Order: sequence, then structure tokens, then C-alpha cells
Amino acid sequence: MVRIGAFLVGLFFAGWLLISFLFGAYAYVSDPPQPTVEHEFHQAPKHVAFSFEGPFGKYDRQQLQRGFQVFKEVCSACHSLKFVAFRDLEALGYNEAEVKAIAKQWAIKTPDVDPATGEASTRDPVPADHFPKPFANNVAAAAANNNAVPPDLSLMTKARHHGSAYVYSLITGYQEQPAELLKEFPDAKTPEGLHYNPYFANLNLAMAPPLTAEGQVTYGDGTKPTVDQMAQDVAAFLTWTAEPKLENRRRAGLATIIFLLIATGLAYMAYQNIWADKKKAA
Amino acid sequence: MASVEHSDGQGPTGGEGVRRRDFINVAAVSFAGVGAVAVVLPLIDQMNPSADVLALASTEVDLSAIQPGQAIKTTFRAQPLFVRQLTEKEIAEADKVDPSTLRDPQTLEERTVDGKKQWLITMGVCTHLGCVPLGAGEGENRGEFGGYFCPCHGSSYDTAARIRKGPAPKNLEVPEYKFTSDTAILVG
Amino acid sequence: MSFPWAEHYTPKHPLMQWVDEKLPLPRLVYNAVGAGYPVPRNLNYFWNFGVLAGLALMIQIVTGIIMAMHYGANDLVAFSTVEHTMRDVNAGWLMRYAHANGASFFFIVVYLHIFRGLFYGSYKAPREMVWLLGLVIFLLMMATAFMGYVLPWGQMSYWGAKVITGLFGAIPVVGEPIQTWLLGGFAPGNASLNRFFSLHFLLPFVIAAVIILHIWALHIPGSSNPTGVDVQGPQDTVPFHPYYTAKDGFGAGVFLILFAIMLFYAPNYLGHPDNYIEANPLSTPAHIVPEWYFWPFYAILRAFTVDFFFVPAKLLGVLAMFASILLLFFLPWLDTSPVRSGNYRPTFKKFFWILILDVLVLGYCGGAPAEEPYVMISQVFAGYYFAHFLIILPLISRFEKPLPLPGSITESVLSRHNIQGEQEAVPGMGADPQPSNAG
Repeated sequence: MVRIGAFLVGLFFAGWLLISFLFGAYAYVSDPPQPTVEHEFHQAPKHVAFSFEGPFGKYDRQQLQRGFQVFKEVCSACHSLKFVAFRDLEALGYNEAEVKAIAKQWAIKTPDVDPATGEASTRDPVPADHFPKPFANNVAAAAANNNAVPPDLSLMTKARHHGSAYVYSLITGYQEQPAELLKEFPDAKTPEGLHYNPYFANLNLAMAPPLTAEGQVTYGDGTKPTVDQMAQDVAAFLTWTAEPKLENRRRAGLATIIFLLIATGLAYMAYQNIWADKKKAA
Repeated sequence: MASVEHSDGQGPTGGEGVRRRDFINVAAVSFAGVGAVAVVLPLIDQMNPSADVLALASTEVDLSAIQPGQAIKTTFRAQPLFVRQLTEKEIAEADKVDPSTLRDPQTLEERTVDGKKQWLITMGVCTHLGCVPLGAGEGENRGEFGGYFCPCHGSSYDTAARIRKGPAPKNLEVPEYKFTSDTAILVG
Repeated sequence: MSFPWAEHYTPKHPLMQWVDEKLPLPRLVYNAVGAGYPVPRNLNYFWNFGVLAGLALMIQIVTGIIMAMHYGANDLVAFSTVEHTMRDVNAGWLMRYAHANGASFFFIVVYLHIFRGLFYGSYKAPREMVWLLGLVIFLLMMATAFMGYVLPWGQMSYWGAKVITGLFGAIPVVGEPIQTWLLGGFAPGNASLNRFFSLHFLLPFVIAAVIILHIWALHIPGSSNPTGVDVQGPQDTVPFHPYYTAKDGFGAGVFLILFAIMLFYAPNYLGHPDNYIEANPLSTPAHIVPEWYFWPFYAILRAFTVDFFFVPAKLLGVLAMFASILLLFFLPWLDTSPVRSGNYRPTFKKFFWILILDVLVLGYCGGAPAEEPYVMISQVFAGYYFAHFLIILPLISRFEKPLPLPGSITESVLSRHNIQGEQEAVPGMGADPQPSNAG
């Protein structure tokens, strides 16, 4: 009884899937799916050699500081960094006093309540504060940015495939819409107010090119601030904001794996040892 | 373990073999034990205060608005902190007491910073069972010794926040602090 | 327990004697996973995965309880409390990554455990109950994993919750009320998050309880073995401890090395980047995909694209997806071949490897975007999946001519190890001194 029922159920599912397949295959052949503009023109991120790649890679503190400077002078006008606190900057090599000064001089102030009147007010951030947001809420952010909310950048490099290279590619990837794109997809012309960028998922994004000229920031360490350099630096900085414990993780991993290799080797020897008599008898 | 009865002639010599094989079993189990202990450390450490809590472990207090005789209640490490500017009369009352007669003998000097005797900074946590004593707020009951009064079990503190009456065993705790300017202190 | 020659627990230390008299817990452990449980001597490494699954569950429970200490089950703060754990809590990143990757490793181990059972016929009499309880554990694991994935409240969490509860919406008449009831609202929200958290905390302990039943049911007939031949006497078995505890110790080491490599060097490899974006009810990710361990089932769900008369394709997909798991409950009665092990079933063996390939392809298609040619491929391979269990397997077991079975477990071991003449064969084995704890 079970087997007859199973046979009928199996025949139904397998048969109907076969029929669905034939329908699908017929449609596929008679009306092949049209290539989309994203399929043809979207590009995978460029390759960049970052210092933190590979199992033993480490952050370059100088680069992180430069990247932070780019974030501070360019990105932070529109993008929040809400999961990062000023105190976290000590990991970039700043000392306590420097962090305190950075927080105090931050252009955007931390919202607070006036202790005398209870009304909303602002104050200078302190190291314990997270980076204050440039806009009070998403509505304000959208209103100020052509209806597109600038995303928070704390986790950006983990929220995209190959995130570090993605950030770099996106910043350096703005270009004219290729002629062959317009020839093939005449309707896909970049709308007014958007910017063509083949590294962005749907090719047109609201953010205007943020880094446009060499020397847009002035590095204290004498590094030449080319657009390429600034883009790499800010991508490295945002990798750190997304994964601040990267170095701890790899260090702990190395110790753990070495320990486990020895322990497993011993366990194998003990296993062979205990089974020795059974193997011999057999 | 199982190896003893079956160890005939496996090692270089029979007796050596027994010990070597047992040694491996013991070593394997001990190694696993060490690993288990090493794993427990982060499991325990995660319950310690996290970085954001530690970042708030010190508090800055602005003293400029506190008049003699007034006190404010603020927070330090998520607990109340009393900051009080004593009047001349209150200082005199505190100094009048012979410390040796007290339950927790201390002078006002010992409980304040040199030259800033009028600034009494204490935790607002009764040393009996941790209630918040009255007396820092305007018009609150300061108890019969003019300092703080804990309503839970009736502990009375004097103008140097020393325990004078009631069940509390100790004076109100003076946290570590320093003057960063004439009108500001950093607690913690 | 299962065999008359099983060693009996005789506590040596007076304290253990005292405990054993009042509460025979030491005896229970001794008989369950100690020297009192005789196990076939010929188990291969595929028999390690049961213990490894138990280890994976322990890792999940320990790291999960710790995650719960730092988590806030509220839609306004859930995402940031997870980030707080990652950034500020001491070793929080370790706990979080261990828990996320631990789920994947739990499924890897359990899938290998299930496929071992499928190949060696572990579901057959007298072990049907072991198989059925195992499937219950598997279903509970899937529910737990799904709800756990919702908790960080990222984009995939939110939209995964929406899509999976939406499956129930396919049920005629009662579907939509059920969906609303599951979510406690019209879309995933704070109510959904709280109930998922509560159940996600509860279910692992239910799993642990069913595992106890699973092991209990296993101990009635005793463990199966790669030949599928029944144990005939003491010469066929060794005590679980120290023989298999030692082997499982080594297996656990290998498991932990692989786990550590993933956890410390590629902790986000198996996750989806979109889950690092906070849930946004107004914007759907480009491709909603579940975690990898659900991909084969997700492919089956999406393979149904054509309505069957009045039954909409969506409902068919949902039915098929549930059927693809539920049919495993009938397996002991679908495969009627008296031979257990696939090693002695030449036709079964070929189809078994086709099934493995089939599930892998389904998995690949389930993770791919819902577009051609993946849908067509899923249709063919999902069709095979049902045909395999419901049509092919019953037919094979009827018409297949199995290879000759070894006379006993010991005989198969001896032929494999190609022994010298001085160590006597079967009768001598029984005289072989039993290992004791004397060392």
C-alpha cells in the first residue's frame, strides 16, 4: 500500500516537473530571454592589492589614518558611520588625547538634551560617542540627497561581495556611458541626476563622484593624494570599520589551529595505539 | 587504558613500549583537557564589561554651577554620585567631631582633596544595602546630622558623609577623582 | 544492554558505588557511551558523524547562550546589538562567528550522517525508529536554523522570514490567516522577532531531548555497520570505550581543525553580504536566497512553474518541498531489499551516487538566481529526486540481485586485513581478552 501510494505521488511530482520543464524549454527556445543591460555591462570589482589580504595580512595603520582623513573630509558630509565610536580610532594608532581632539573638533555634533530646559540640543562628541549621523533621519537624508539615502558605511565592505575592492572600484569607476550600451539599449540612458558606474549593481547611482581631483585632501605623511590613492585608502579604512577585529581573529586562529594540529596528531596516535591489538588480531 | 595487556613487543623493547603507548594516551587526554580550559577563558571573559561600558568608566563633572550648601546628583559607572559644596558651618560641624568616636573613623580632610575642603564628592550608595540616600536634592530630608539620610533602614550620615546612626557599616564611599581645573573634576 | 556479552558496570570507588546505588547515572553513561556498549568492530570513518553532530550541537548551545546574553530581541535594536557583540563585547566576535559557522558545520555533519544512513541502509529494520527520530531532529534543526537566521535582523533575515512564512500563504483558504498568525502581523516585525527568538532558544533543547531518544532507540538493536550483516557474537564487537571514544576523539580533532579554518579565516564565506545591511521593509534584495543548507529544498520549491489545473504552481512547490523531506519518513518501507549495505547492492550503489550528484546540482541551482537555465535544470533534477525515492528505489529493491554477503563482521574484517596464519581465525577472536581499564 505504501509503495503504491509512493509510486503514484512520485509519478505525479516527477511527471509534472517534466511537463513544467517542457513548457519552460519551449518558452526558452521560442522566446529566449533577452539580455539585460545589467548582465552585459555590470563589471566585477577591480583587483587591488591590499595589505590585509591573505591569512597573515595586517592593516597598514598609516593607510587607515589616511583613509580616515578621506572619510572625515569627504564621505562624512553625507554618510554616517554609526557602529563605530571615536574611541575605536585608537586602533588606528592615535593616542587618547588625539582621539579626544578628533571627537571634540568633529564637524557634526552629537544630539543631546539641554540639562536646564530639556530641549533638544547638541554638544561636542566625546571619545565614548559613536560617530554622529549627518542627517537626523532617513527623510532628511533623502530630501537633501536627491531622494537617495546615503547608506551607513560602517559595514559597507562586508555588505557587498569583495567589499574592499568594490568600494575602491566604485569610487574610481565613474565614466561616460559607453556608446555601445546606448546602441544596444537605447532606453537605458542614465537618467538626469544619476551617474553611470559599471561597478554599481544597476549601473546608475545617485552619488556624484566623491573624489574628483588629485590633492582633494592633503596627507600629513607626505603620500601623494592621487584619486587612486585616496580611493584605496578609504576602502582600507572602511574595511577596518567593518571588521575591526580582523587581526585579533587571525592571530587567535593561528594559535588555535597549531594547538589543534598537535592535539589531533596525539589523538590519532592514541587511537592507533588503542586499536593496535584489534588490528593485529585482524 | 587498553594497551597494557596487548603490548607484547611493539616498542623497541617490550617494557619501554608499554610506557610509551600509555604516555601517548595520557598526553592526548591531557592535551584535550588543556584545550577545553583554554576555550573556557573567552567564555568567561565575555561576561566582563564590554568596551563601550568601560569607555564610560570615567565621568567629568562641571562644578561651576554648584553654590555653597547645594548638592547635585549625577552618575558615575551607572550609579548615583553626590557632589556637594559645603558651607563654612557644615565644615565646622564636621571638624568638631572627634574621629575616634566614629564607627568608621575618618576626618573631613581625609575625605576631600587638599585645599578643596568644601567639595565633598561621594557615591550616592548607602553602604548598608545599596539604596540611594536622600539629601542631595533640594528640600530632601538630610537626617539629624545634616548630611544624608537613607530612607530604607534609617542610616544617617553627617556633613562629611560619615555614618553616624543606623545600620550602615561604613561612610559613603569617596571615589577616585581629580580636579582638572578649579571648577571641573574627572571621576574615575 | 543490547548484547548479552556487554560488560557490566562495577564501580570501584566507594563514592561511585554510593552514587550508583542512589542514582544509576554512571551506569547509564557507561552503558550508553562507555565500555558497556558493544559496537561492531568494523565501523569506518562515516560512523564518526553522529558524535560530531552532538559536538556541533554543544558548540551551538554554548555559543548561543552567550550570544543571547548580549542580544536584544527587538526590531529597533537587534541589528545593533549583534554589531555591539562583534565590536565591544570581549571575544564577542569569536562567539558570533562560531555560532554562525557552527550552524553550517552542524548541517555538513548531519548531511554526511544522513547520507551514511542512506548508503548503508541504516534506516532498515530493526532500526526504523532510529531513522524516524533522526528525521524529527533534522526537521527541528531546519526550523531552529531558519529562526536563528532571522535574529540578526539584516536584509536576508527579514526577507527570508517574509518568503518562508509566505509559503504558508500558498495553502488555500487558511493560508493567509496562518501566515499572519505565524508573524503576529502582516509582515515580519517585532512580534515575529520575539517569538522567533524564544523558539530559537527553546528548540535546541528539544533537539537534545530527541537525540537522547535517538540514541536510546539505537541501543536496542545496537549500531549498524558497513557490511550490514548482523552482529553474531562477542568476536564481532568492541566496547565503545575506549575503542570508539578514541576514534571519535581523533574525528573531533579533524572536525575542529576544519571548523577553526573557516571560523578564523573565512567567517563570512558561507553567509550572504546582504545580511550586513539592516532590515528594510521597503527594499527587497536583488536575490533572496536562504542559507546554503536549504538550497536543494529551495530549488525544489522554485522548480514548479506551471499550474496543475486548479492547483497553483506556488502551492505545488510548497507541497513538493515538504514532500521531499517527508518522503524520507517512508523510506524504511519503500526500500524492501533485505540487504542493508550499499556495498553489496550494485544497482542501488549506482543510483545512490546519481542521487548525491542530483542533490548537489539542486543545491547549486537553489543558490543561483531564479532565472534560466537554472529553473529548467532544477526541474529535471527535482524530478529525479522524487523518482529516485518513490519509484526507482522500490523497483531496485524488488529486482536487484545483491552480491554475496560476508558470513559475519569478523570474516569481512579478516579478509580485508589479509592476516597471517599464526593468528587464529574466528574462534580465537572470542578468546581474545577483553580490554579493561587496567591501564
